[in-house]
Amino acid sequence: MKIIKDLFKYHLSFRFGAIILLLIFLLATLSFFSPYEAAKRRVVPKNEAPSFDHIFGTTSLGQDVFWILTFAIRNTLIIAGLAVLIGRSIAVILGSFSGYVGGTTDRILQSIVDSFIVIPRLPLLILISFVLKGELNFLHLALILGFLDIAWPSKRYRSQILSLREQEFTYTAVFSGMNTFKIILKEHFPFFIPYLLADAVSGFLWAIGIEITLAVLGLCDLTTPTIGTMIYWGNYYQALLMQRLWVLAAPVITSIFIVVGFYLISTSLSEYLDPRTRLKRLGTRE
Amino acid sequence: MNLLKSYFLPRLSQWLITILIGVTVTFILPRLLPTDPVERTLSTLSSLQTMDPRAVESLKEALEDLYGLGGSPFEQYINYWKRLIRGDLGPSLSAFPTPVIEIIGAGLPWTVGLLTCTIFISWILGIVLGTLAGYLPKKLWCQIMDKIFISIYPIPYYILALILVMAFCYHFQVFPLVGGASGKPEISWSYLSSILWHSFLPATSLIVGSTAFRFIMAKALTSTIIASDYVNYAETAGLSRWRIVLFYVIRNTLLPQATDLGLSIGGIFSGTVITEIVFSYPGIGYSLYMGLLQADFNLILGITVFSIVGIATAALLVDLSYPLLDPRVRYK
Repeated sequence: MKIIKDLFKYHLSFRFGAIILLLIFLLATLSFFSPYEAAKRRVVPKNEAPSFDHIFGTTSLGQDVFWILTFAIRNTLIIAGLAVLIGRSIAVILGSFSGYVGGTTDRILQSIVDSFIVIPRLPLLILISFVLKGELNFLHLALILGFLDIAWPSKRYRSQILSLREQEFTYTAVFSGMNTFKIILKEHFPFFIPYLLADAVSGFLWAIGIEITLAVLGLCDLTTPTIGTMIYWGNYYQALLMQRLWVLAAPVITSIFIVVGFYLISTSLSEYLDPRTRLKRLGTRE
Repeated sequence: MNLLKSYFLPRLSQWLITILIGVTVTFILPRLLPTDPVERTLSTLSSLQTMDPRAVESLKEALEDLYGLGGSPFEQYINYWKRLIRGDLGPSLSAFPTPVIEIIGAGLPWTVGLLTCTIFISWILGIVLGTLAGYLPKKLWCQIMDKIFISIYPIPYYILALILVMAFCYHFQVFPLVGGASGKPEISWSYLSSILWHSFLPATSLIVGSTAFRFIMAKALTSTIIASDYVNYAETAGLSRWRIVLFYVIRNTLLPQATDLGLSIGGIFSGTVITEIVFSYPGIGYSLYMGLLQADFNLILGITVFSIVGIATAALLVDLSYPLLDPRVRYK
């Protein structure tokens, strides 16, 4: 808590990011109080420019842009959050396992991981969603995104573990008879957590970007409002050609705010809590 | 000889492993998923146009043969490889009987052009600007640049491209929205300049995004390098700032940047696909999109396999050129 307070006080980009995210979460919570149902269409007049009644205008499907946006933010955040949760849990386990075990197992795992880093993910994702089309709901999407975002983070966790394993305090713990599991939990995890936070954000950003891309290509469940499906329907009814900019502006601007907000928080956090600088600080104390 | 054994062979084998895994994934995925690609293709094809039952039957056989659905899974797998090694990706279903490989061939120059252009320009811009920003962190213009790139970096490719389309194709109507060139393909000034004109906006949307990434990386690398002894020594020895930046700082940031380039080509390629779709640019990303719209499973599969092999090879080439940059690898 104290760290967050300090960061808020002294770190400009953290403050910016925190305020943006607060607003975003506020919007997402507002969806629970929406006067209209999420998937319902033709509840308000179509294609109206922003006015006092509908502050962000209405869509070609007869939805109020503001309220549909609150649902969209909530759903997009949930999808990306689930994807990160799934992907990072597997990545942490895989990376630390590979790093601790070492030897041939490590080499085999690493060459598989390296392969998945090189393989372009978008065509693969398009192939999967195409075959699954129609059945790609929320959870499937989160699962697929999670599974495809394991390679990079697991490699980074592995290198973290490798450097932690060689630290003085690890040896001290080993020689004083602590068992491996306890060492990981008590000695190494504290270093891991800030790193995990910053890394989770980068996964989050990737998931949001891909969600938008797949939805725009018409590969997601298009009845659920997300940032991506909002843009899809905007494009579908030719919002640009018909000069109905407000339909697209709302999701586009919101998505930028979400990603920039999260990114600012993550960079300021990792700057503050970077395990490398913390290890360095530890090193000078010795 | 030593270099060959210790440097080239591991990379070559990693290249083979990558292709092996990627191709295997594309083999397994359609078979794991609940829907049968043959049935799916047939149903979408017959929903698009009415078909003679006999034609459907023969098409079904052709498709099963094509996907290698006869025989045990292992035989199917072997057949899959045999076809791929021959370069046979089957015919496109939407433009039957044009082979998929021909469609890829038609789109490839556009994609490769866009990709190489982007990589070169963003590489140079990102590294030079990032190094300067890391070397002179107190200058105001460096700080402003830093803030701008940090805000651009996390924005998804699609959103960046869409904003450019909104601004320059609809609002200001400066650039054309569709296609890769106008006029007949010939070597003339008007045709070549139309290529440049059409590719300007797609390339810009890609370059902005990847420059931001290079910039952030170069800045972080520079801030550790300027604390090193050799930079201190160079400064004490009174070398000019330009000399230090060019021959001491950038020279050293290049190495991790080169390693990273090999790994991030796949990501840039994904960005190219999105950009081509947004700008209707006639590369293989756009063909992929057309395949998607027309439910052309074969085309999608073919482009996926091709891009996996292509990107793995490009990453290998980048990796193999690394000894040119790093004398330590050469003389070991």
